[in-house]
Amino acid sequence: MTALLQHPGYDEERLKGVAEKLPCREVQAEMLLSLMGQPHQYSYPSILIYGHRASGKSHVMHVLMKELELPHATVSCVECVSIALLFEQVLLSFFGCDAPSLLPRSPSLSDFVRVYRQQCSQSPAKQTRYIVMEKAELLRDTDASLLSALLRLQELVGDNVTVILLSEIAWDKFRPNTGCFEPLLLHFPDYSKSELQQILSQNVHSSYSAGFYSAYINILLGVFYSVCRDLRELRHLAALNFSKFCEPLAEGKVKETDTHKLWKHIEPHLKKAMQTVYLREVSSLQWEQMQQMEEKEAGALRGLSAHTHVELPYYSKFLLIAAYLASYNPARTDKRFFLKHHGKIRKTNFLKKNEKTSNHLLGPKPFPLDRLLAIFYSVVDSRVAPTASIFSQISSLVTLQLLAQVSHDDQLDAPKYKCAVSLDFICAISRTVNFDIVKYLYDFL
Amino acid sequence: MSFFATESYFVQGCEDAESSETRFRLCQELWDKIKTDTEVLQDELNRKILDSLLDFTRKCSSTRQNSDWASQMRASEIPTAALMLGVNIPDHDMTFQSLSDMLKQSVSPHVASVQAKECGGKGLRHQSEILLCSPHRLCFKCPRVHRSVHCSLGILCDWYAARTKVGAQTTVGKKRSSQVRDEQQQPPVVIIFKDLEAFNPRVLQDFILICSQYIDRLPLTFIFGIATSPSTIQHMLPHSVSSLLCIELFQSLSCTQHLATVIDKLILTSHIAFKLNGKVMQVLIGVFLYHDFSVRNFIKGLQLALLEHFHSQPLSVLCCKKKKALFNVTQLSKPNLDRIRQLPSFKRYVEKQEAQEQVNLMTDDSHLKELCQQLIKDLHKYHKNYYPILRCLHTLTSSLPRYPLGKQARVLTCFPFRMLAKGELVSLLQKCVEILQLSKSKKMKNALVQLEELLARFKQLDKEIASRWYNREGGGVLNQTTLLEMNESRRAKRLSPFENLRNEALKFIDNLVKSHLSPPESQPLYEVCYYSSSATVRRHLNATPRTSIQAALSNPYHYLQNDSLKSEDGTVSNAAPDICIAYKLHLECGRLINLYDWLEAYSTVVLAAEGNDPDSEHFGKVDEVKHARFIRAVSELEFLGFIKSTKQKTDHVARLTWGGC
Repeated sequence: MTALLQHPGYDEERLKGVAEKLPCREVQAEMLLSLMGQPHQYSYPSILIYGHRASGKSHVMHVLMKELELPHATVSCVECVSIALLFEQVLLSFFGCDAPSLLPRSPSLSDFVRVYRQQCSQSPAKQTRYIVMEKAELLRDTDASLLSALLRLQELVGDNVTVILLSEIAWDKFRPNTGCFEPLLLHFPDYSKSELQQILSQNVHSSYSAGFYSAYINILLGVFYSVCRDLRELRHLAALNFSKFCEPLAEGKVKETDTHKLWKHIEPHLKKAMQTVYLREVSSLQWEQMQQMEEKEAGALRGLSAHTHVELPYYSKFLLIAAYLASYNPARTDKRFFLKHHGKIRKTNFLKKNEKTSNHLLGPKPFPLDRLLAIFYSVVDSRVAPTASIFSQISSLVTLQLLAQVSHDDQLDAPKYKCAVSLDFICAISRTVNFDIVKYLYDFL
Repeated sequence: MSFFATESYFVQGCEDAESSETRFRLCQELWDKIKTDTEVLQDELNRKILDSLLDFTRKCSSTRQNSDWASQMRASEIPTAALMLGVNIPDHDMTFQSLSDMLKQSVSPHVASVQAKECGGKGLRHQSEILLCSPHRLCFKCPRVHRSVHCSLGILCDWYAARTKVGAQTTVGKKRSSQVRDEQQQPPVVIIFKDLEAFNPRVLQDFILICSQYIDRLPLTFIFGIATSPSTIQHMLPHSVSSLLCIELFQSLSCTQHLATVIDKLILTSHIAFKLNGKVMQVLIGVFLYHDFSVRNFIKGLQLALLEHFHSQPLSVLCCKKKKALFNVTQLSKPNLDRIRQLPSFKRYVEKQEAQEQVNLMTDDSHLKELCQQLIKDLHKYHKNYYPILRCLHTLTSSLPRYPLGKQARVLTCFPFRMLAKGELVSLLQKCVEILQLSKSKKMKNALVQLEELLARFKQLDKEIASRWYNREGGGVLNQTTLLEMNESRRAKRLSPFENLRNEALKFIDNLVKSHLSPPESQPLYEVCYYSSSATVRRHLNATPRTSIQAALSNPYHYLQNDSLKSEDGTVSNAAPDICIAYKLHLECGRLINLYDWLEAYSTVVLAAEGNDPDSEHFGKVDEVKHARFIRAVSELEFLGFIKSTKQKTDHVARLTWGGC
């Protein structure tokens, strides 16, 4: 199997090392190596590698670059909040720490190309240089010219350089409207179940046999494979639950080979893990503590989403209720709900054709500040002076993200808001102030 | 320097300038005491949660350093503490301040706090850049390696590595002086997000993604300050990002509990001479419950009341410690003594005295001073007795179902004691004994002895009953008929020994409360210590911008204090500022205002003010200056939100307020 990787120009021992570190990705590594050619040869200007999360893109590139000692710069596009950072990192890893200081304060693409050319003439490439860009899909959000320039950087700087883009998104969603140089596309498929089994089984715990651990992985995959195929997550879960799996063994109840009993023991535990620690309802630290505790004590630990209760000042509660009513009731119906002598108007009179659907299905609608205050004053039971603190409560509700400001920040005149809380939440709030909100909601008329 | 400046502010416009200096000093002393007391209190209250947070950060940094199989296999998550603080955002600053101080002291020197508003800016990229820079800027004062190199976590890592290497070398040089230092060779880098909700979710996600790439080199720890509920984290961060965090929850004390402790320790004590009367208290608590939940603002309100009291009440020289107050009585000036005679509470007191005594008090200054000393002593004694009894009453009533916990519950006759079982009653009385033990005054000690006596008798009763039961059980099998008989006999007897004793206890407590819990208003000279102007406090704390704008526009004299602006019956004088005139005129219009008519009316008023003869030929013509002044007034009104331009009719503006003439 390892004999597959044979390429002129690279040390065979090293290639062997590469092959060992890349299980189940030999084909892709082979493909890449043949694209890269021999070190001194010019390579293809740009390559796009795409595949799902944890399909080994970065890992393969990393191993290849490190093991074969190729000159490279690895840049993560999340990290490069400005293009200056990107340029600096590339120059730093190719030409040493003096190069970035040649860039002006906020460099443009042409500055980068100029500095690169200048440095390149001093230390020309003896072998292909690689720029590996992780999470390349974020390049779409930056200046449109950056992506097209990177794709043909080889041509621009006149150097033996190859840009390798790693992305979770296929090239079709990338391509700029204006057209650009087409990179070579390389797809990394997801690992299959047997491949996952093979990779995960490699991390054997030193005090247990490989067969035992492999059986454990098999059980783990049986539970989790249907919901999660992320190698990283699976490895994490395997680490968290292994001690529980070994428990009967340590107590001497079962032998290593008695897989069925072991399965009986661990299966409910893994099911529970799927609902809690996998969803990050419970952190991994707490999960480990739970395993050490007794069964009944563990029940006391509540997940993150269990805490939804929010304590608010009295008027803030009413402001939130008013905001909810304003967001989910059509403005025409305010008269029906908040005027004393509204007459008898049936729901059918209000209904327009397109309003047959529930407002709760459509989501909150924006409303102006005036309407919010008008509803607030008719909802709150006592007389409230329009003091500054009422207004500041509205803005603190916005900071708490219970309301969302729809209009632009600069618009002081008539700001518009949306209510950003759920029906359950508002029902809980209105119960604390003895306000029957359902009676005031158009949808439940 | 600033001390003198504030003092001169205080003295200015102060009643009775002579004693103002003393009063200012007293006020300062009291405020300093209140301030330090609250700080100590807050530290105490936060101690538990802060300690557990410190433990958390320590634990995280220690687990990171061990390298067994499981921790190698585990995805490296960033340890994160989700700190639930409640919606009272103004109070959080203090908590975070003490948190970062404590972290710096005992865990790690590398602590950075970030606030959402510091990370504002146009565009996501810009915001993330600021967020990335903030650890550099705020905690490390990291010199930039190269001038043009931007802040990035990579550089931070290098700096950190260099830093810890130096640290390790020095500790080796010190021959490993302390074990703690040795463990802390890799102190964690703590980043505190003060207000998680206010951050842009995208920026936060990016930041966490970046940090997770460096977690193996840089021991990062996050602390999220959350005001609402922990589910916010799930709303803000998708699973792919939150799976990078190892979140643990920390719940802080609720703000109502916090306030209760502050009131208990600051206001319901006899240590601090300054008191608030019931109404002012109601205003402050109202602001707290209805508007902001902020303890800091409550204390600010207390400070305001304190300042106002010492500023406006000349007799507040007597509002201090007993010894000092007695001394200050002897120093009272003639006008101040007259002020005492004017006090309603003092008048009430005098009326109760005999005729000769009344004359003496009204004429003889030295006699008055003597009496005042006595009254001040009485007042202090009253306070010393008042609060312990209040607490007793509270403990007794707080466990009763649906009993309003009125502070001044003096209606003890309808006290539903009868609902209490004996065990509860005894435990409640026991609590009262504990409270009374804390107080030192003579009367309280007396009450304590009596109460203990009662308690002993209760216990005695207990034993008797137990022995009786024992005897019966020993005598034979207890069948149903005997039980029924017992019930009947109990009903017939009406008052068991227990009931007798209970009534006695009730009477005792009733007497205690009646004698010590009289309302403070009934005490002579109570005005000295009690601040009672709730209207002032309300006006200052509940700002009503609309009302003050309207007051300024319709009655400019109120703010400008210019005599020429004085006018009767609410009309605006002609000499008022342009905007006031324009405002007054616009009140007379309907929903739509014709600008030209408005201008005409305006110029008529202004011309009349300039004293022009209404019959002269220039009258009624609008010159350019007046036109410009008018336009300015109109645009100012538009800015204040009284009118807006409309497209319904040309040359018209729409009114946005109702009412008027």
